[in-house]
Amino acid sequence: MPAATESLVERCREIVEDLSLGEVRRWKEAHPGARAIGYFPVYAPVELIHAAGMLPVGLNGAGDRLDLQYADARFGSFICSIVKTTLEMGLTGLLDPLDGMLFSGICDSARNLAFVFERNLPGKYVDFLHLPQNPSSAASTEFLKGEYRRMGDALEKLGGRKLDDDALRASIAVYNENRKLLRDLYGLRAASPHQVRTSDIYLLQRAGNFLPVETHNELLREGLGSLADGEAKPRDSVRIVIEGAFCEQPPLDLIRLIEDAGCYVLDDDFLLGRRWFTGDVPAYGDPLESLASCYLNHSVYSSVRHDFRNRRHKLLVEKTQRLGAQAVLFLIAKFCEPAYFDYVLFKRELEAAAIPHLLLEFEEKAFTFDRLRTEVETFVESLLFD
Amino acid sequence: MGETQASEYRGDIHRQQRDLMLRWYQRLEESAHGGPPAVSLMISGNCVELLEAFGAVPLYPEVNALQLAIRHQSLDPILAAEELGYAADNCAYVKADIGALVKGITPTGTELPVPKLVLCNFVGCNTYVKWFEHAAEFQNAPLAMLDVPFLRTAEPRAEDVAYIVCQLKEIVKQLEELTGRRFDYDRFREAVRCSARVEEAWSRIKHLARRTPTPFDAYFDAITLMGPLYVYRGSPEGVEFFELALRELQEKAERGEGIYDQERFRVVMEGPPPYPFFRTFRDMFAAWKATAVASTYSTVGGLWEFGFRHDPDHPFESLAMHMLAHNVTNRNYLQRYDQIRRYVEEWDADAVVIHFVKSCRLFSAGQGDMRGYFTQQLGVPTLYVESDLEDPRYFSEAQIRNRMDAFFEALEHARSTGTLHRGVAAIRHAPGGEIAPAASDRLKILQ
Ligand code: SF4
Ligand code: SF4
Repeated sequence: MPAATESLVERCREIVEDLSLGEVRRWKEAHPGARAIGYFPVYAPVELIHAAGMLPVGLNGAGDRLDLQYADARFGSFICSIVKTTLEMGLTGLLDPLDGMLFSGICDSARNLAFVFERNLPGKYVDFLHLPQNPSSAASTEFLKGEYRRMGDALEKLGGRKLDDDALRASIAVYNENRKLLRDLYGLRAASPHQVRTSDIYLLQRAGNFLPVETHNELLREGLGSLADGEAKPRDSVRIVIEGAFCEQPPLDLIRLIEDAGCYVLDDDFLLGRRWFTGDVPAYGDPLESLASCYLNHSVYSSVRHDFRNRRHKLLVEKTQRLGAQAVLFLIAKFCEPAYFDYVLFKRELEAAAIPHLLLEFEEKAFTFDRLRTEVETFVESLLFD
Repeated sequence: MGETQASEYRGDIHRQQRDLMLRWYQRLEESAHGGPPAVSLMISGNCVELLEAFGAVPLYPEVNALQLAIRHQSLDPILAAEELGYAADNCAYVKADIGALVKGITPTGTELPVPKLVLCNFVGCNTYVKWFEHAAEFQNAPLAMLDVPFLRTAEPRAEDVAYIVCQLKEIVKQLEELTGRRFDYDRFREAVRCSARVEEAWSRIKHLARRTPTPFDAYFDAITLMGPLYVYRGSPEGVEFFELALRELQEKAERGEGIYDQERFRVVMEGPPPYPFFRTFRDMFAAWKATAVASTYSTVGGLWEFGFRHDPDHPFESLAMHMLAHNVTNRNYLQRYDQIRRYVEEWDADAVVIHFVKSCRLFSAGQGDMRGYFTQQLGVPTLYVESDLEDPRYFSEAQIRNRMDAFFEALEHARSTGTLHRGVAAIRHAPGGEIAPAASDRLKILQ
């Protein structure tokens, strides 16, 4: 790996692993009086937060860096890690730099979490968005616009500053740029997976959770430049698509392990909310209309967004074939019910299309990966030598 | 601990209830043979009135799943579903239903129809959406979404109501096409009128449990009434049944009859019951002559004891309001705390029992926090036990019994020392400390 990439990736890793949200604290010091709003995965309309002059902060759990002292008692068994580590962060003061928290109805656990948050962290702005699940209805765009307006009003009140359409259009444009850079990064990897490591673009991407989007855009441009320069020889590997890790994130070591065991990852759904739209959101006209209509009609598929017009299991097969991937690797967070459910229909559809797959479960807090390594290696071997 | 008393009350309503439910299964079988069209619905805040307008029969997968469990037939279909790829930790209601579909098992042995439409009334539970997607897939039936915004503000918003009403009308059109029947508006209004009467009777029944002793158990006995409540709410049979039930229980209350010779403890129940061990679980309460005076589970289909009724003058809007705000599943988690707290105060309870159900994150995610709220903040004795509503593999009888015995023994002791309080007095607040309300003002909603 070129030294430039290495140091960039290292910088990102430090940002990502800093549980005390150092970047956010620094941003707030540099912008006295400005607010930071955290959002729980998967998708959040960050443009609204940005246009209100605030810093949107993407939360993806605490990985293996936080012991649970309080959250376990509140959310007992059979609940995924991210719900507990996020609450623990809140209860231990790690989220103090945040003035508010945004949730949406991705699953029943996350939904209850929003309200447990509200009770346990009084004084913070906590909001819950209902993102419509019936895009076929003639009323869904209007509804979503109203929901964004409601959230915008709350942000205006919190920040004491008007949220105007020009600012929103400008925010849309700068996030379009961010998403385009990420798509380019993904495109680069899909075209030359031997050159671009998934764990690297993962860190480049995830650092954006804590940085102002403008800074992240620069960082991504830098990353794209140095990654494209990389040189590496292709090796015997299996071309795969990763599915199922859209919310809680697998440990970085697990992502590395998958690559080292002989997988070229052509696409994944890590940090999916950051690449939510399939193209640019119009940065002209009525900005709320643009955001709402893109959410309903130009979003990526996801286990937490329902669109009965376009079924996810068909889309996964289509994507796998389009990218020329040989197999699908399901990476599912333990107790992630939406991912568990979707696996059933995905599996059925993949089997019908004769596409092999492997299912792995992970937890944020995993220390040894021996069993998982063996499973991936066996899977890779079976595909390489069959 | 005293000897276990038979706790169940068996009156005319039980016979009638059984007949009604058997008739429902018969109608479903007729539907499978060219009879009335069937439409799948979820129980939470269901819109059964809309189906009445088409003379369609509701098909409730949840009722099927619970029937399988209570008849000890749920394990086979659960295992069949796990073979299809469902995880050990998926909601077992779904697994039992899908497994039964695939294996051709039905609870009463009668045939079930392929629905004309799998109508996913997404009221609160995210699992519903997956369940209905899968049910449509495995039955090769058309699928539609009725997206109900989660109650995230103090009052439902006008935008929420408009969104639902628009979708209801879209579904009406779709049903006209799929069933070849015309939407009968008069019948629709009539169904809404019937619902309002059923709700009035049901609510009055619930309020009978405020008396000491309560004439029925608002958890275990309420479940008997819940089948007809979902299937027949919008029909004259429903009205007849609930008015009979009200009369019967009222008479019982007037005679001062409770469930036991003497009612010792009054509890509020949170969480669905363990259907595979329904009887065993009930007996554990009976052993202490403890009765449920209120339960959140019995408000899944609708929450009427605080005043809401369907309104025949605004049928679509009242369906929307019912789905949005007047059922426990679509209300937010802190509103559930408030609901339970109100039960403790107004239904004169001594304690809260939380039954954590592994399958159901809608109910169980965060119940540790709920327990903290009741015990630490409000000072209400709270018991927490864990099992499942459908999967017989998650019921540890000895453990639950031990906990329950220890809990009621402690209550008994507290009573003998004069430190057990009931109702409003039970809310004593934790020593030393300002008590934050369960819900912030923004979320306060109970009328
Ligand atoms: S990981 Fe899955 S279960 Fe956990 S909060 Fe995210 S979507 Fe919900
Ligand atoms: S999660 Fe709970 S409410 Fe949802 S379908 Fe399962 S048992 Fe019912």
